[in-house]
Amino acid sequence: MGCSSSSTKTRRSDTSLRAALIIQNWYRGYKARLKARQHYALTIFQSIEYADEQGQMQLSTFFSFMLENYTHIHKEELELRNQSLESEQDMRDRWDYVDSIDVPDSYNGPRLQFPLTCTDIDLLLEAFKEQQILHAHYVLEVLFETKKVLKQMPNFTHIQTSPSKEVTICGDLHGKLDDLFLIFYKNGLPSERNPYVFNGDFVDRGKNSIEILMILCVSFLVYPNDLHLNRGNHEDFMMNLRYGFTKEILHKYKLHGKRILQILEEFYAWLPIGTIVDNEILVIHGGISETTDLNLLHRVERNKMKSVLIPPTETNRDHDTDSKHNKVGVTFNAHGRIKTNGSPTEHLTEHEWEQIIDILWSDPRGKNGCFPNTCRGGGCYFGPDVTSKILNKYQLKMLIRSHECKPEGYEICHDGKVVTIFSASNYYEEGSNRGAYIKLCSGTTPRFFQYQVTKATCFQPLRQRVDTMENSAIKILRERVISRKSDLTRAFQLQDHRKSGKLSVSQWAFCMENILGLNLPWRSLSSNLVNIDQNGNVEYMSSSQNIRIEKPVQEAHSTLVETLYRYRSDLEIIFNAIDTDHSGLISVEEFRAMWKLFSSHYNVHIDDSQVNKLANIMDLNKDGSIDFNEFLKAFYVVHRCEDLMKPDVTNLG
Amino acid sequence: MADEKDREEIIVAEFHKKIKEAFEVFDHESNNTVDVRQSHSIAQAGAQWSDLGSLQPPPPGFKRFSCLSLPSTRNSEITEIGTIIRSLGCCPTEGELHDLIAEVEEEEPTGYIRFEKFLPVMTEILLERKYRPIPEDVLLRAFEVLDSAKRGFLTKDELIKYMTEEGEPFSQEEMEEMLSAAIDPESNSINYKDYITMMVIDEN
Repeated sequence: MGCSSSSTKTRRSDTSLRAALIIQNWYRGYKARLKARQHYALTIFQSIEYADEQGQMQLSTFFSFMLENYTHIHKEELELRNQSLESEQDMRDRWDYVDSIDVPDSYNGPRLQFPLTCTDIDLLLEAFKEQQILHAHYVLEVLFETKKVLKQMPNFTHIQTSPSKEVTICGDLHGKLDDLFLIFYKNGLPSERNPYVFNGDFVDRGKNSIEILMILCVSFLVYPNDLHLNRGNHEDFMMNLRYGFTKEILHKYKLHGKRILQILEEFYAWLPIGTIVDNEILVIHGGISETTDLNLLHRVERNKMKSVLIPPTETNRDHDTDSKHNKVGVTFNAHGRIKTNGSPTEHLTEHEWEQIIDILWSDPRGKNGCFPNTCRGGGCYFGPDVTSKILNKYQLKMLIRSHECKPEGYEICHDGKVVTIFSASNYYEEGSNRGAYIKLCSGTTPRFFQYQVTKATCFQPLRQRVDTMENSAIKILRERVISRKSDLTRAFQLQDHRKSGKLSVSQWAFCMENILGLNLPWRSLSSNLVNIDQNGNVEYMSSSQNIRIEKPVQEAHSTLVETLYRYRSDLEIIFNAIDTDHSGLISVEEFRAMWKLFSSHYNVHIDDSQVNKLANIMDLNKDGSIDFNEFLKAFYVVHRCEDLMKPDVTNLG
Repeated sequence: MADEKDREEIIVAEFHKKIKEAFEVFDHESNNTVDVRQSHSIAQAGAQWSDLGSLQPPPPGFKRFSCLSLPSTRNSEITEIGTIIRSLGCCPTEGELHDLIAEVEEEEPTGYIRFEKFLPVMTEILLERKYRPIPEDVLLRAFEVLDSAKRGFLTKDELIKYMTEEGEPFSQEEMEEMLSAAIDPESNSINYKDYITMMVIDEN
């Protein structure tokens, strides 16, 4: 491939052509490898996200287990649901929730005037741009009023479009306020002539979930017929415990946060299940299953669907024979109050509950048929045949859904019948994906609009953006690896017959996939995770060389530390569920009881004495209570940055 | 001899796994197929469909590869198969890529490449070490050829002219991408020796 530098004219154009070809070829190869790295990073983020969701779903079985065994602690808080008239209950609630809270004169934030007008929308947007926090009184009032209006609405909102009135459909926002600002900037504020549908998952993960919720609710109250909200799987107080919204509220509203959380619980359940546009387009958050029954879903009492982690209880399994059995089921809400329900109509039937779960959790896939959604642990994977069947059954033309992050902000599948729309750009990391929204009008083709909220990184070359994303993904993956260190080491050693400390890439990949349960391109990722010697063999212990879990206290045994680190999210949720007054404290006794239950249910073998020791150590002032947040914060992962020569600390918050 | 056969089998098996991994990352539907067209990259104004009743995915953005020095201003759409092949360390030209895709496509182009067809072709490429990456010195000499005055750099305009008019021309997007990293804004030129060094470090 030599390039002659002959200066004759005839040969010159030939050689410069070949030279150009070489450069172009090389550059395209480079760019393709960057793209591949970007995709790998995305795959890592997604796999871990879904694995976590699955873990979350498994908690529900734990909760049932816990209820059966966790007897002594909250007996005194046992409450019987009042059968009082709803309106009376509402009146009492209003005083409890809203009126009893005063807004002090010193408050500088936005003050809303009820009944709300578009002035209040503007006021809120301006205030949130200045990063002000809306006073709890208004938050509660807005939620309260919104709930009141939502109660009047059917499970599915039916809307009609016209050439002068297109509807804009937005997907997941997940607390990313900048994306909402950008959408309003590009597409205009909601109004009678500019209707919107927000297709669920307004909250969790991002840091402005409450602000987004407030903007959406206030807009809804001003334009109840033109701003439509669908429930997503994150409009669920149990999900909020793990994915950040609960934390955000308790942090921003130290005094009244608990009240806000309580009212949210009911508020979520009143959100409509979906929207139907022009009688031909179904807009729901997740997807469908082959048994989806829209007629049933229209009829079901949606407010009884509290959480994905609170499935229907025994009593409701045999709905017909209920009168014969005198079983009293118990339900459990985030505030630790165990409610007995004498009446079976307090809850959905199992069938109804599953129907709603399918709507909120399912994902479309290319394969025909309907399969349990094993990645997430809830809902199903539905194929193009299921889509055709259900759409035909109800004379619909298209399904618009959200729930999955797509690199371009949207994706079309199932022969154009299913559209995924996702509106949180840079969801996993700066540069990970675009956001998008759809504009619909009957008789014309849907239009997609994409955007990406970026700060300085917008103009960075691709390489730097990919680097950022990749570093972030690898970091998360490394933390996953360290949280399973013992199990991994055992698996590696089983394969390592010669005790050489090395394995082939194949053996290493096999162990990683099986222990971590993540379907990732391990071979391509190996160089990022472990040391590889000149023969191409993996030094399997090297993945834990540059990273360790910081022990909260010196005396804690490393296996215990590792186990606690691994289950910290689950523990956090359970803890928050037990901590009824959100004080952040639990008693040493509660800690022990909880841990015992947890470990027996999950078959985690930790010595009792170890746990006792740890509990006692954590009780710093020896008053019998543990500050759980301090406890959790004490577990963090230390990454050692080789170039910087100082630890780079990742807090697990 | 049996040993060597064993070793070859192991190598082939490893290649198979590596190819499968790379393929799966782009197999969004988890059905062992990969889109030939880059159907996701639609520019700002949005996708247009013919009518709501018979919705089809966007029309194929199949790039017509050519070795002729034809100017091209269309947005390039890098096929995912091309990305997969390149991510496995190979450097086919666009023309070679075009031929490869023709080899693995279905008789009736569905727009998808099936893994079963892709695997044997890709394995052979890896075994025969085809489409080796360009060595650094060859790349340097290519730049030197274009820099006829031997100044050690190319101006931005010169680079644009060569890349978009010669060989297998860059699309506007590709050109902008390269410029953003390569051009020194003060001198408005690319010192290609430094550029190459930087890129090589990046890759490793």
